[in-house]
Amino acid sequence: MTKNVLAVAELKAGRVAGVSNEVATVARKLADGLGGSADIVVAGKPGTAAEAAVEGLAAYGTERVRVIESEALGPGCVGAHAAAVADHVADAGYRAVVFPATTAGKDLAPRVAAKLKRPLLTDATELEAVDGEIVATRPVFAGKALAKVRPLGAPALVSIRPNVFATSVRQATAVVETVDAGQAAGADGGYRVQGFEAAEGAALDVSEAAVVVSGGRGMKGPENWGLLEDLRDALGETAALGASRAVVDAGWRPHSEQVGQTGKTVTPKLYFALGISGAIQHLAGMRTSGVVVAVNRDRDAPIFGVADYGIVGDVFEVAPALADAVRTLREGES
Amino acid sequence: MNVLVCAKRVPDTETRIRIADGAAEIDRTGVKYVLSPYDEFALEAALQLVEGAGGGKVVVLTFGSEDAKEALRSALALGAHEAVLLKGEPTMDGWATAQVLAAGIDDWEAGAEGEPPALVLFGVKAVDDDQQQVGPMVAEILGRPCATAVAEMTLGDGVVECKRAVEGGRERVEMDLPAVATITKGRYEPRYASLRGIMAAKRKPLVEKDAPAPVSGLVVEALEHPPARPEGRIVGEGPSAAPELVRLLREEAKVL
Repeated sequence: MTKNVLAVAELKAGRVAGVSNEVATVARKLADGLGGSADIVVAGKPGTAAEAAVEGLAAYGTERVRVIESEALGPGCVGAHAAAVADHVADAGYRAVVFPATTAGKDLAPRVAAKLKRPLLTDATELEAVDGEIVATRPVFAGKALAKVRPLGAPALVSIRPNVFATSVRQATAVVETVDAGQAAGADGGYRVQGFEAAEGAALDVSEAAVVVSGGRGMKGPENWGLLEDLRDALGETAALGASRAVVDAGWRPHSEQVGQTGKTVTPKLYFALGISGAIQHLAGMRTSGVVVAVNRDRDAPIFGVADYGIVGDVFEVAPALADAVRTLREGES
Repeated sequence: MNVLVCAKRVPDTETRIRIADGAAEIDRTGVKYVLSPYDEFALEAALQLVEGAGGGKVVVLTFGSEDAKEALRSALALGAHEAVLLKGEPTMDGWATAQVLAAGIDDWEAGAEGEPPALVLFGVKAVDDDQQQVGPMVAEILGRPCATAVAEMTLGDGVVECKRAVEGGRERVEMDLPAVATITKGRYEPRYASLRGIMAAKRKPLVEKDAPAPVSGLVVEALEHPPARPEGRIVGEGPSAAPELVRLLREEAKVL
């Protein structure tokens, strides 16, 4: 059985998405554990994928960068991407394939799995090779429990949760190879991407942000979200807004921002819970965050039970003070 | 027009998950089960589309144990016309589940008089295993186009236009029918069952069939509670505590 591992890179607006480095690092470590080598594959329209490969991916320490280019591989053409990746996996043969569990990755990976007639493990938070076997840990019930899962057979298909795995740069010069686009052309029969309607402000998805500023019912109304936006802006461009279920159900914020079991499970390095009491299904969605900060008037709110740092107080006073303090810190450095 | 909805029965999201020592699955005693919330959105979408088209059926299909009948009855009470239970024990392996459901859909279509379903809908994910994969896998097996995370749909002539909830906004996708879509929260707020609906549900057809036993390619070796988060601390009260908290985030936690 082959011991090689493939990482699937993600392009965002024609550029290499940061999560590609996480996928590459995981694939490389897995290949080290198996005693094989690691490849990374990137697919896109002619000109875009090769450029991305040379600009970013070659530095991520995989042995080879596989470039697939075709007119069919435009942004959003998920069927074509799935066909191209599946055909390459079938041709080259891998012990494991690692996808990013991003919005796009969760759309792509199941189609690749079905084309290969293989099971898929979504959203791994740990992944390693033990005596030639692949073992993953993934949260279930939105993080209320962790399952240790062993995929049988090859290739093992696994998507990894963004922001969880550390990245490392290994100085290496990867070989860039062009791969045939397989059956990509025509794979999107009956599926046509027609356009995009941008939502206000939501450039970065809450599930992929390194810092999340979440608001709950304690914010009292949608008109007060300027306070949270200001704190998010102070924290920089890797920060995004989140919301509790109560706030989304009340129509104050869009569902795309909802954190919890009926929304998104998030794993940022830093999570702010502002005016959130901490319902069980919300705690499930954010408890895997790195560092949790809670601000609440009620000292007994369940959110303080999972917070690393807390401030008891009025969120309307504390949130602006936090934004000021972050700005002061940043200004002292520039 | 007929719409098929594939749904799953899951523990209520307010459930506290208990795991017996050494067990690789949850302790099911006393757990309240519901239709997975995203499947409720899919059911509501199906009901609205069929009502809007002025004819056709909504058929709810599930792969599960005998106990899943209760969830199917609740879907019938909300307005679905027929229900199909594919009896068996689903595992975490979505590929195995997808094969069972695709066979069930084939079977239903073969038995349906006249028109096959124009649409097969799923919730974007089931809130238990959270794998988010069965819908697109079924679409691949059936050889039909599939749009995931759809917040809103409009039927056209032989096509359906979908608005997908993606990073930063909505992506518009048009699919030829028949097609598959997975539904997220958006336009389709689930309705409540009326008393009349609940009474009517008892007389609606609920077909039971034995599902082929799928072989799981994923072995769940252990299930554990997540590690307790280390004891945190209250830095202070009111806005005057903010600078100290930010200092700790920088110097102690090293996240700023």
